[in-house]
Amino acid sequence: MSWSLKNPMVLAIIAVFVVIVLSMSLSIVPETRQGVILRFEEPVGTVNRYREGEAFGNTGAGLIARIPVAERIVWVDKRVLDIELENQQVLSIDQLRLEVDAFARFRVVDPLRMVTTARSEQGVIDALRPILGSALRNELGKRPFAALLSPERGQVMDNIQAGLQNVARQYGVDIVDVRIKQAGLPSGSPLDSALERMRTARGQEALTIRAQGERQAQIIRAEADAQAAQIYATSFGKDAEFYNFWRAMQSYRYTFNQRADGTDGETAFVLAPDNAYLQQFRAGGR
Amino acid sequence: MSIFSGWIARASVLRNDNAKGPWGGGGGGGSGGGGDEGGPRNPWQFPPEGKRGRGGNATSLEDFLKRTRGNGGGGGGFGGGGFETPGGKKVWIFGALLVLAVFLAFTMIHRVGPQERAVVSSLGKYSRTLSPGIHLTLPAPFNTVRVVDVTGIRNEDFPQAGGENLVLTGDQNIVDLAYSMRWNIADPESYLFQIANPESTVRAVAESSMRAAVASVTLDEIIGAGRSATEVRVQQFAQQMLDEYNSGIQIQGVAIRTANPPAAVDEAFKAVTASQQAAQANLNQARAYAQQIIARSQGDAASFDQIYEQYRLAPAVTRQRIYYETMEEILAKSNKTIVETPGVTPYLPLPAVRGQAQPAPQPQAQAGAAQ
Repeated sequence: MSWSLKNPMVLAIIAVFVVIVLSMSLSIVPETRQGVILRFEEPVGTVNRYREGEAFGNTGAGLIARIPVAERIVWVDKRVLDIELENQQVLSIDQLRLEVDAFARFRVVDPLRMVTTARSEQGVIDALRPILGSALRNELGKRPFAALLSPERGQVMDNIQAGLQNVARQYGVDIVDVRIKQAGLPSGSPLDSALERMRTARGQEALTIRAQGERQAQIIRAEADAQAAQIYATSFGKDAEFYNFWRAMQSYRYTFNQRADGTDGETAFVLAPDNAYLQQFRAGGR
Repeated sequence: MSIFSGWIARASVLRNDNAKGPWGGGGGGGSGGGGDEGGPRNPWQFPPEGKRGRGGNATSLEDFLKRTRGNGGGGGGFGGGGFETPGGKKVWIFGALLVLAVFLAFTMIHRVGPQERAVVSSLGKYSRTLSPGIHLTLPAPFNTVRVVDVTGIRNEDFPQAGGENLVLTGDQNIVDLAYSMRWNIADPESYLFQIANPESTVRAVAESSMRAAVASVTLDEIIGAGRSATEVRVQQFAQQMLDEYNSGIQIQGVAIRTANPPAAVDEAFKAVTASQQAAQANLNQARAYAQQIIARSQGDAASFDQIYEQYRLAPAVTRQRIYYETMEEILAKSNKTIVETPGVTPYLPLPAVRGQAQPAPQPQAQAGAAQ
């Protein structure tokens, strides 16, 4: 029984041992993470810390060595992370209630500070979420509701971001931006009254359109009547006396021969002998 | 050779120990001897040592144990399971090599499809990005490869599950909006390394920028003509935000599928459309009337002018002619009563007259009209 290196059992044990030692003394740092090195729980440095504008491949990622047992690495996400804030009730200065969903994007730029103040990314999120909420309420509470629906909105967001950044700096975190995802009226009476306002506004619009149409139509009719009158006057004015006669003739023809419903009617005439029409009749050929 | 013979030896010893294995000898009495001449011989059974007389290789149990340990832990499994072939060792090695080969093949050879890119990291550090084709890399712990579908266009729908998506407009109205955003990946490294949740980021950014854009237009614009302008603005907003995150995401387009007033006020909006139609109808009628009345006046005037031209040439005759013609026409169709004798007061049977003239519409039908 020989414990030489040729013995496969011995080789295997050695291999396992080497692997264990290597895994304890070497760490792979991916591009997506940064690390804080703790030596007996005392922070001694960081690896792959975020630097602005760095190119992938030239970052601190890769293989690093550490002292087994004595050192451990706390990993911190290097990517942009987000804080979501749902259903925040906000009261604007004109006493309108709003329901706001907002989000903030941040990046850990000082992992050492982050680990010492908040332990983990989730700790940062938990710490910043109420601050984001209060910054949101403060800033929107200073403005009328309409400001949210205007280019001023950008200014509001910048103020909130600045307020949040002040706090975030303490956690070694950089706020990339703050956005309002949704700003809606809470269901119930605020929403209903807004819908009612829309409904009445449309009702008003409908009536206005109808009235405008009628007005326009009346004008068109009146103009046509005026034009017709002008045409008549120009023509008939040439001889008013003859017009009177000619029009009377037309009128008799129409009225005596027609009933109200447009069919031929029968008119009974009782003619006095001195009627002009019977002038020749009475004259007896003289 | 020595290892090989050791295996055989080990197997033989096992035979002696575990004669009741799955393929153990049917007639085997159990203790020690193993192979009885009398019992039916299992064809799979290894011939008992004594029979075959494997003289020189006969080894002690102690020797076997030592060699077994030296050969690594797996050997026992073979023996215990009764998978007893002289080539057991070879199978084991072959199997291990096969597993290793498969592992290497999977982690070293990478097929990158035409719409994909593969991001290679060596020991965590970004190394290179592979374009479409077949590529070789180092095996797993040294090189890790993440394949990303780059040009394939994703579609995000809002609202995700149907229903109403109420958005406030600039004039404090509410619009029900359904839209979608198409995006793909411009920069796979940034996409993998810069943002934690790309999909949810895209959704949040899309929603935020859409609401910001809608908040700067009126309800009538978003429902009507302002739609495509809004789409362009949303795309710009969203791209700007995603670029701020260095997300490597490219917005390909934003499409507003429907922009309607909320269902609760839809009726009022339809009433507006209806009144627009009514107003238009009213105008059309008025225009028709105008055309009619003007045409009639022109016609009347023209016919008067014609007659008047002739009348001027011979006024008296024309006048008489028109009078007689008119009277003729009127009286020819009417009942006539001529009271000739003066001083006679005629008794006029009014009901009879009525009966003939039906509900006499014109009481002015009296004599002496053309005085």
